[in-house]
Amino acid sequence: MINVNRQGEVWVFGEQHGGQLEDTPIELMSKARRLADTLGVKLASILLGDSVKELATKLIHYGADKVYLVEHPLLGTYQANSYAKVIYDLIHKYEPQIVLYGATITGRGLAPRIASAAKAGLTADCTDLQIGDHTTAGDKQLHKNLMFQIRPAFGGNIIATIINYDRWPQMATVREGVMPMPEPDAARTGEIIEEKAEVSQQDLPLEILAEHKRAKKVNLKAARIVVAGGAGVGSKDNFKLIWDLANCLGGAPAASRAAVDLGFIDHDHQVGQTGTTIRPSLYIAVGISGAIQHQAGMSQSQKIVAINNDPDAPIFQLAHYKIVGDLNEVVPKIIKAIKEKTL
Amino acid sequence: MAYKCVVLIKQVPDTKRITGEAMNEDGTVNRSALPAIFNPEDLNALELALQIKEKFGGHITVITMGLPAASVVLRDSLFRGADDAILITDRRCAASDTLATSYILSCALKKIDYDIVLCGRQAIDGDTAQVGPQLAEKLGVPQITYVEELIELDGKSITARRNIGAGWQQVKTALPVLLTVTGDANEPRVAAAKKTMKYKNARTPVEVEKEVRSQKTEDSEAKINKLVEEKCGELSDKGLLIKQWDLDFIGADLNWCGRSGSPTKVHRIQSVVLAAKESKDVPANENGISGLIHELIEDKIIA
Repeated sequence: MINVNRQGEVWVFGEQHGGQLEDTPIELMSKARRLADTLGVKLASILLGDSVKELATKLIHYGADKVYLVEHPLLGTYQANSYAKVIYDLIHKYEPQIVLYGATITGRGLAPRIASAAKAGLTADCTDLQIGDHTTAGDKQLHKNLMFQIRPAFGGNIIATIINYDRWPQMATVREGVMPMPEPDAARTGEIIEEKAEVSQQDLPLEILAEHKRAKKVNLKAARIVVAGGAGVGSKDNFKLIWDLANCLGGAPAASRAAVDLGFIDHDHQVGQTGTTIRPSLYIAVGISGAIQHQAGMSQSQKIVAINNDPDAPIFQLAHYKIVGDLNEVVPKIIKAIKEKTL
Repeated sequence: MAYKCVVLIKQVPDTKRITGEAMNEDGTVNRSALPAIFNPEDLNALELALQIKEKFGGHITVITMGLPAASVVLRDSLFRGADDAILITDRRCAASDTLATSYILSCALKKIDYDIVLCGRQAIDGDTAQVGPQLAEKLGVPQITYVEELIELDGKSITARRNIGAGWQQVKTALPVLLTVTGDANEPRVAAAKKTMKYKNARTPVEVEKEVRSQKTEDSEAKINKLVEEKCGELSDKGLLIKQWDLDFIGADLNWCGRSGSPTKVHRIQSVVLAAKESKDVPANENGISGLIHELIEDKIIA
């Protein structure tokens, strides 16, 4: 651990694989920028890899003031051990006050390893981060300008705000998709600081024998309009209604976990806590009851239309437009209305 | 070659079945209103260990850290085929965050010989997925997270397929190793009738004490302690005494346990009340729907 260091920077882990920057460091950048500005400190990204310097410039365009660049042939492929070791060393050298990671499979394996070695706190899967003050219950001590690490817990039934006031850095992983991507600004300039990595073959305990990457069948995060079906749709055949409505709106078809578990559609289309988190302009929920786990993935949608035959379905609490009725009659009527209005 | 597996399990509230009654008015969770279950992905970790034992031979120890009531999931593991069960219970464990929890588990594991440590990917009460990697770091062993399939064990090393988000990776590493196992790895078996018969009377010392106290309310403290000791001795002779360890026994430094060992603290808990600011009822007829589409076009939501 490091001590409380008010001058410490805000850091974002610049996750990349094979020279491709993940979405998460970019999504994190605008929120991290706000945290750094509130605290009056610099925003830096840490970038590890082999020949990845051009990504450093990109991170600056997205909002970083500085990039700590660690290039080494042995860092070409991510491994939890080697990456944790390098980042741990950087944390001890520069003593940042905040370190953020995307809650990707990589981030969720890496960040706890660093937290364990650094004996520092780590909050998983945050959906929001803010700066605020905390007074301890016992001795009434005031801790100013802490990072509030806000996350759902208990299967999404409560929202917990977690803090860490004595053993720094304050670290968190942040859910994918909950923060909007900033626009890059090619005119932004920043400092690239090249760091030497102390890594050897011993830091690479895994031998990667094979890897298969597949493109996601759908990019829900990028869709402006999403039409999602739930168990209420009834069958895989009937799920064609969802595809038809999505097609006529130029949107993406999606589903609740129940519909995915029933085999109506592939997991790539799943919205919710165990699927994708999205914030489209329009979300149409068809035959979805709206379990809290589902709401966690779509409550940030700008406009929500819900269609369900149960007037008490929880999804209606979120919906801007509520249609109580049989989806088999309502959806064709919507398709018809759209075709008439937009032709 | 046989393998010594240790499976770390957790008893959790069944968060999928949470209803309004399970929430207190102040936004906290009323745990007593929720059924306690075996954390689902820990069952997948146990199943993987059982498959390893069936194929190669070996020994399975299950460990849980929790309240005395967590003995239930240890017994359940014995019913399914685990050889040995250990309850780590101590009031001083209370309020441990993931860092303190992984420290306490690492102290317990230092008392055990193991080749493979298996954990569920994450527990459904916190969904953090942090204890596995933190424990691997503390034990100084490599971690393979999100394991979907065990490919090979050759005595010295393990090959497994792990999920990497959009795709998979096949990795090999030397033993000992720590795995976190996903729900896709296997279909956990149910309890075996024979083993259930055999272990249904297995107890932890803390359970024995509770039973004795409830039956012998008038007896002196000394007499109760003696009865507990006798009963534990009988169970132990029959192989039915579940081990119970406290922080002193595992040699844990109290500074790194419980509240003092936990850097993360709760600032505030709120219940989730998501609600649309404005909402409209749209009649499910042609006029209603036509009006809705018109409004969405006016608002430039639909192009």
